[in-house]
Amino acid sequence: MLKQYETVFIMTPVLSDEQMKETVEKYQKFLVAKKAEIVHEDNWGLRKLAYPIQKKSTGFYHLVEFKADPTLIREWEVTFKRDERILRFLTVALEKHAIAYNEKKRNKAKAEKV
Amino acid sequence: MAQQAGEIKYLTPIAVDTKKKKYCRFKKSGIKYIDYKDADFLLKFVNEQGKILPRRITGTSTKYQRKVSQAIKRARHLSLMPYVADLLK
Repeated sequence: MLKQYETVFIMTPVLSDEQMKETVEKYQKFLVAKKAEIVHEDNWGLRKLAYPIQKKSTGFYHLVEFKADPTLIREWEVTFKRDERILRFLTVALEKHAIAYNEKKRNKAKAEKV
Repeated sequence: MAQQAGEIKYLTPIAVDTKKKKYCRFKKSGIKYIDYKDADFLLKFVNEQGKILPRRITGTSTKYQRKVSQAIKRARHLSLMPYVADLLK
């Protein structure tokens, strides 16, 4: 049974643009390799943190929404913990209202672009 | 004088305890999910120090207060909102 999840992670600002993309790619590959389905992705870019983390005051934010088997999540989170390029991460299981909300938000963003 | 003591008349009635009824904004506008990524919105539910406001003040129903506090705590974890602040607003 697949469940929908959403992960936001913050990468260190010391990374170059390429390194940042490489990091993101690493996690995309992880999901693909484990047969999880990526629903949506969003790069928020460099953002100011509300409080310093590991003495850094900014960070690259990235959001991934995906469908995966619940047993995968443990491994998914461990890879974040082991990665020193990641300052912070949060994985949330999405319930039906959350999925509807995200979809609506995406459609709105799409409509604005056109 | 015609006016007697104890019979003061006002042109406009003075407001005495006309409390406005509080309501839950989520129930009223039909919001079902509170996004933790929307820090600007969540800012309405904290005071200047970044503390979560009680239901007593915001009028939020128990069900949604729980969701608001959960969302604020998630936003804090992701450094979208401060844990402690000074003059937030």
